[in-house]
Amino acid sequence: MMRSSQPLTGTNGRRCKEDEKLINATLRAGKRGYIIDTRSLNVAQQARAKGGGFEQEAHYPQWRRIHKSIERFNILQESLIKLVEACNDQSHNMDRWLSKLEASNWLTHIKEILTAACLAAQCIDREGASVLVHGTEGTDSTLQVTSLAQIILDPKCRTIRGFESLVVREWLQAGHPFQQRCAQSAYSNSKQKWEAPVFLLFLDCVWQILRQFPCSFEFSEHFLIMLFEHAYASQFGTFLGNNENERSKLKLQQKTMSLWSWVNRPQELSKYKNPLFEANSLVIWPSVAPQSLQLWEGVFLRWNRSSRFLDEAYEEMVTLIEYN
Amino acid sequence: VENVRLLDRLSSRKAALGTLYLTATHVIFVENASETRKETWVLHSQISSIEKQATTATGCPLLIRCKNFQVIQLIIPQERDCHDVYISLIRLARPVKYEELYCFSFNPKLDKEERERGWKLVDLKEEYNRMGIPNSYWQISDVNRDYGVCDSYPTEVYVPKSATAHIIVGSSKFRSRRRFPALSYYCKDNNASICRSSQPLSGFSARCLEDEQMLQAIRKANPGSDFLYVVDTRPKLNAMANRAAGKGYENEDNYSNIKFQFIGIENIHVMRSSLQKMLEVCELKSPSMSDFLWGLENSGWLKHIKAIMDAGIFIAKAVAEEGVSVLVHCSDGWDRTAQVCSVASLLLDPYYRTMKGFMVLIEKDWVSFGHKFNHRYGNLDGDPKEISPVIDQFIECVWQLMEQFPCAFEFNERFLIHVQHHIYSCQFGNFLCNSQKERRELRIRERTYSLWAHFWKNRADYLNPLYRSDHSQTQGTLRPQIAPCNFLYKFWSGMYNRFEKGMHPRQSVTDYLIAVKEETQQLEEELEVLGERLASLQKGQLNDNKVKSKQQDQSKELGLSTSNTSLANTPQEYNNNLKSFPSRSPSQGDEEDSALILTQDNLKSSDPDLSANSDQESGVEDLSCRSPSGGGCLPSEDSGKDSDEAVFLA
Repeated sequence: MMRSSQPLTGTNGRRCKEDEKLINATLRAGKRGYIIDTRSLNVAQQARAKGGGFEQEAHYPQWRRIHKSIERFNILQESLIKLVEACNDQSHNMDRWLSKLEASNWLTHIKEILTAACLAAQCIDREGASVLVHGTEGTDSTLQVTSLAQIILDPKCRTIRGFESLVVREWLQAGHPFQQRCAQSAYSNSKQKWEAPVFLLFLDCVWQILRQFPCSFEFSEHFLIMLFEHAYASQFGTFLGNNENERSKLKLQQKTMSLWSWVNRPQELSKYKNPLFEANSLVIWPSVAPQSLQLWEGVFLRWNRSSRFLDEAYEEMVTLIEYN
Repeated sequence: VENVRLLDRLSSRKAALGTLYLTATHVIFVENASETRKETWVLHSQISSIEKQATTATGCPLLIRCKNFQVIQLIIPQERDCHDVYISLIRLARPVKYEELYCFSFNPKLDKEERERGWKLVDLKEEYNRMGIPNSYWQISDVNRDYGVCDSYPTEVYVPKSATAHIIVGSSKFRSRRRFPALSYYCKDNNASICRSSQPLSGFSARCLEDEQMLQAIRKANPGSDFLYVVDTRPKLNAMANRAAGKGYENEDNYSNIKFQFIGIENIHVMRSSLQKMLEVCELKSPSMSDFLWGLENSGWLKHIKAIMDAGIFIAKAVAEEGVSVLVHCSDGWDRTAQVCSVASLLLDPYYRTMKGFMVLIEKDWVSFGHKFNHRYGNLDGDPKEISPVIDQFIECVWQLMEQFPCAFEFNERFLIHVQHHIYSCQFGNFLCNSQKERRELRIRERTYSLWAHFWKNRADYLNPLYRSDHSQTQGTLRPQIAPCNFLYKFWSGMYNRFEKGMHPRQSVTDYLIAVKEETQQLEEELEVLGERLASLQKGQLNDNKVKSKQQDQSKELGLSTSNTSLANTPQEYNNNLKSFPSRSPSQGDEEDSALILTQDNLKSSDPDLSANSDQESGVEDLSCRSPSGGGCLPSEDSGKDSDEAVFLA
């Protein structure tokens, strides 16, 4: 599986032999590849006017292009704000809850992202075909797809170390602009331009898969919530900056502490371990039916409802397993 | 009928070819594929509707919708056969006599004593004793011993000591269906009680001295409070409209010291329609998130669930926190009243959250108080306007509570689903007819078996591993969050999409924890044995005996999780445009079955869907190859069978 940004075909239909050579080199003998474009065909076509575009069949004959539209980042912040508002609604009226939830489109985004990731994973696992994923810049929806596909396909990514490596590889090193995206969250009053809960959506998708396969992840929900928090505000330098270049210029490695160095200490790690974990070697396919996707209460209802009874249940479960 | 195809609901391309059988009690589909011979069994009682669809090139489609929310889609090659099956099913699914129902032919091979013991498992007199009755305020009354006062009430009712027979009879004449106020729950800590009745026949201005005295008696039976709540669970408009028909509600001016309260739960017709709309959403093929959420909201279903829950919470609060007694009624006092009283009892008393207590609760507030099981759930062919998911809503309230209080209930989700299943299955005699009187006339206890005994036998499968009777959550009153709380009500896919296993979590936390607990128990037992051995060795001759300690199985594998690769896990159709993928992948097991969540190792033998049929009486000879122990031949679980005779043969 490869990832990139959009090809600069423009309105003239430019081609680049080196680009073609590069991705063709990943094709397995006698097999074709799939290009998963996270934009709708329309949006991809419109991109040509600004110098961007998509891979043309004529130039990439061994590749089949699939458009699996994932909402662009600038819409997502609004989605988050609406969702949080819906969760904070104090009224007793049941009706408005569901329509407010629907109006936020949050779960729709989850469904779209998971579907695209499952598709990418399917291409690899079921067809044995190479896959190239890109959107526009290759820094947002692209990364959601590639990282989730790996969680589906690779059991190592479901271990704590494996997941940490995944985050470092597919998000930090791949250049997801954390500084921009996570500058403000749902309650900010100021105008938002580059902010978007792209990483949170990714973590939410991981949580959805975790909920459907509760014994397949070495880490628990608490781990994902911790990462969400640190992406937005942290005493560690891990999520600072927009890419490796910036991090290097900021000399973060010398001036700050790494989140991983703290999290991976045994006494900290024990809080994030999933007591139900049993390692397996399976490819796990989540259901993307609406009935299977739920609101992530641990994040969105955290401050609106008492988690006491759920925490007690968790404790009970841990005790049961540890005693055994 | 041969060469029938059974379509897979989620993946329309997948269809199994097999033979369709119709017996006196079941519809059975047996797949041709010789390795599995997978069977799908449907009890006629479960059939809610049958739809014959337009003939296509592939054949004649027949859609069977079940009361337990299973949807079966068949394609019958010949139109003539399809029509015959259709007509037969219509007749079979609408019995006219009780004797046609499965419970009268079902034979779990128990002797007469066992059958009787099964029926005695739940004893309401014992239950009222447990509550502390009879006492100085409450007593048992036999005024209804021949059903002379109210034919939908039980022979034994519990009334305030100061309510004489004269008062009871007088009050019953002033109540719809003569359902006079009677005790549902008594709280011995503070003497507050929950009583139930039907609406008074007050019209605009009618009064009845005895009825007023009855309420006064109830109030006085609680010396700790100087007033009584009267809760009308109907919307105010409906209740007011009833006045024009000579019925209505209690006028605070006429009844001394009552505080009247409307709660506003809609009637059975609204609920029937609500469920219908929700099921339509469940049947949508590949709905978007918006389709689903809009559809769910539009059905209003969760709103109704919340209304019932809120009523229960109000009453529980009145009893536990204010120490005030409550009289609950709706129109006839057998639907909303039953729901609300049982939810309140569940919140108040931890006993009802145990498995036995829950059975007792249903016997008390639903069975004995004359909830019209036959009319509501269609045991026999009847008026479709009487059908309504009343008890389903109560069962869902319990599930919603289980989600909010995971440690509070002794039983698990599977138990609730199976209870619902058997309300409709008519495999046991508990939920037949409309009243105790009818059941006694039919001699149900002598001619059928009790569901509760069957559940009790299999209770290990129904336990909640997180339940501990000494846990704080299991003590005292449950207090669900009231506001904000809309988001706490979730769609119950385990019930309404029960047979679409691919939609549910593919690993069951409950089953995993049950297995852990079982293993712990085994280890504890072994530990004890070894401890004793060690002690005796230390006392005895150490030199002579070589200790041959059994090598413990060091494996930590509990065999339930995904490490068992036969846990098939097939991707959904994520993209309709892609050509179909080859079905095998090196990382998968060999099974293509998209619906497995449990492996064969941990199939619950009590699950009505799973057990192999070995009941010779069904007349399906082909299946006699099944071993009578019902053990090794268990098919994979989405066979959707309703027969669970194998349970009794193990």
